[in-house]
Amino acid sequence: MIAQAARPTQGRLADRRFWLRGALVIVVLVVGLGLPFFLGAFWLSTTDFILIAAIGALGLNVLTGYTGQVSLGHAFFLGVGAYTAAFLGDHNVNAAIWIPAAGVVAGLVGLLVGPTALRLRGLYLAIVTIGLVFLGTHLFVNLPAITGGPAGRAIAQPQWGPADFGGTGVTVLGISIDRNGLYYYLALLLLALSMWFVHNLMRTRAGRAMQAVRDREVAAALVGVNLARTKLAAFVVSSFLAGICGAVYGAFLFHVEPGTWNLLLSIQFVAIIIVGGIGTVWGALLGSVFISGLPAILNNYSDSIPFLQHSAGGGGLDVGDATDLVYGILIVLFLVAEPRGLIGLVARIARSIPQRRRIATASIAVSPVAEE
Amino acid sequence: MTTFVQLLFNGAALGCVYALIALGFTAIHRASNVINFAQGAFLLLGAYLVSTAAVDRNLPFLVAAVFGVAAMVVIGIVFQMLVLRRVQGQAVFTVVMITIGLNIIIVALVSAIFGSNERTNGVGDPWGTSSLQAGGVVFLWVKIWAVIVTAAVLVGFFLFDRYSRYGLATRATAIDEEAAMAAGIPVRRVNAIAWGLAGGLATIAGIFLSGAPSLLDLGISNIALIAFPAIIIGGLNSPIGAVVGGLVIGLVYEFFDGYSSNLPWLGHNFYAVAPYVVMILVLLIKPYGLFGQRPVERV
Repeated sequence: MIAQAARPTQGRLADRRFWLRGALVIVVLVVGLGLPFFLGAFWLSTTDFILIAAIGALGLNVLTGYTGQVSLGHAFFLGVGAYTAAFLGDHNVNAAIWIPAAGVVAGLVGLLVGPTALRLRGLYLAIVTIGLVFLGTHLFVNLPAITGGPAGRAIAQPQWGPADFGGTGVTVLGISIDRNGLYYYLALLLLALSMWFVHNLMRTRAGRAMQAVRDREVAAALVGVNLARTKLAAFVVSSFLAGICGAVYGAFLFHVEPGTWNLLLSIQFVAIIIVGGIGTVWGALLGSVFISGLPAILNNYSDSIPFLQHSAGGGGLDVGDATDLVYGILIVLFLVAEPRGLIGLVARIARSIPQRRRIATASIAVSPVAEE
Repeated sequence: MTTFVQLLFNGAALGCVYALIALGFTAIHRASNVINFAQGAFLLLGAYLVSTAAVDRNLPFLVAAVFGVAAMVVIGIVFQMLVLRRVQGQAVFTVVMITIGLNIIIVALVSAIFGSNERTNGVGDPWGTSSLQAGGVVFLWVKIWAVIVTAAVLVGFFLFDRYSRYGLATRATAIDEEAAMAAGIPVRRVNAIAWGLAGGLATIAGIFLSGAPSLLDLGISNIALIAFPAIIIGGLNSPIGAVVGGLVIGLVYEFFDGYSSNLPWLGHNFYAVAPYVVMILVLLIKPYGLFGQRPVERV
């Protein structure tokens, strides 16, 4: 994309790549906006989960993928966002305010715990952030005024004019959009904004500093990168996106409990970015399709998979176990075959396409650092 | 005073079990710089294997225990050889993610084969709830044996580490993998041995965790999560640190549990998070743990 912008504009219309890219954007837009009308309720809600998770995964990618600080505490910040949303929503605050507010509060909490956590490196940081998840759950259970205690609490549904996210949906110009559809567009909008933000952030001075810290911390410090500030900035951005993800996720679930924000959720986010592609904007979405979508799909199609047991006492595998088993095996096999994740797979496929036709996909294959 | 001694003993016994788990983490981290997130699953699988042998097949407990430990050593080694060897040199977190995948697989397998109900008779240990009583303090035999066996295993581990060829090779690999390779140390074999050790240690821990009065069910795989603070407190690469960390965590856990009624302001079940609080406090003072060393970095 940068190479495109740098080229003189008069040659643009003659360039086949320009048209190809334009066509691609239009196709993505049409498919993106029209998708809810082709999907059944199950697929649409699965897609909603995928998009919502991708927002949070993008946040983790800023911290882990771009800045190299592995955190297993992401679930905690999702929880902070969700409870902020619940609290404000109950005080009749509009969702247009509580969604960003959830991000801001989570970001502030990140600012608070960041300096302590970020003194640590590598696996030490990872495990201390596990501690954050356990402490967070403890707080969520013991602060019933905000979190509803162990039983959890409901989260107010966004409501903008006729668009009632909690109800049956809305009819615009004779087209009816149900609840799942509304959440689809909300999540898509938030995800697109987040992707745009992160994509641009990584080309600023601050973003380059983050990547320098990831690539070699000592060298980055030597060329004048302020390590503490850069890491903290990444931590805050990551928590901000986690908070927004948590708010929308919580609202989509209707009701959240302290147990929702557990270590497994954190691990899923790490899995998303590793499977998708560390340090890439699209990796968060690709990984989310795989990690958030797969269990739902496996569960849904368990009827057509042989040897599965659907009623207790029958022979064969229990559906939940089978889903977990396939899920685990796929993660292991996939990472052994392609440690760079789905983005690596895309790059590999792009490389196998003959030179002439490769141009259109080349921008995906180049790493973000080498792009300029 | 009685309560104090009781908690001290229970904490030390629990700490021994954590020390075993933590030592498994440390062994793997020293050899390959990753943390094995499947340690909890190893513990689970090991305990279920012992339980199958002792309860379902009616083997003597000792035979079953040896069988379980041996089987898990083999499983650890096989996993390292079949899977991890292929991703050697990849980013640490890719490898960690694979161990998380392995954890999911093993737990699902155990659940599929044995069901999710708790197993009656646990691991078929001979101690049950029998105990030794002195001065109002109850010393459960299973806990006494946990301390004795852990002590024996630790002595064995440190002798192996200090005097055997592979102990030396492991220590060299821990300091610098590349230099070790260049010096002709079979780093892959060192790695495989570490995984085998971790499997065996986890199984021993699993046996003592599922002996009476505790139960054997799928939940014991979560116990490895509480051992995380132990390795961090001690420092990831230090076997002594793992033991000290394990004991600290066991004591903290039992004391906060035992005295929880005196500390109502900490909230319900604070003992479950207390190890993590202690870990964070230690790290505030020593970012690489009590016995860990800050790695030297070159550009």
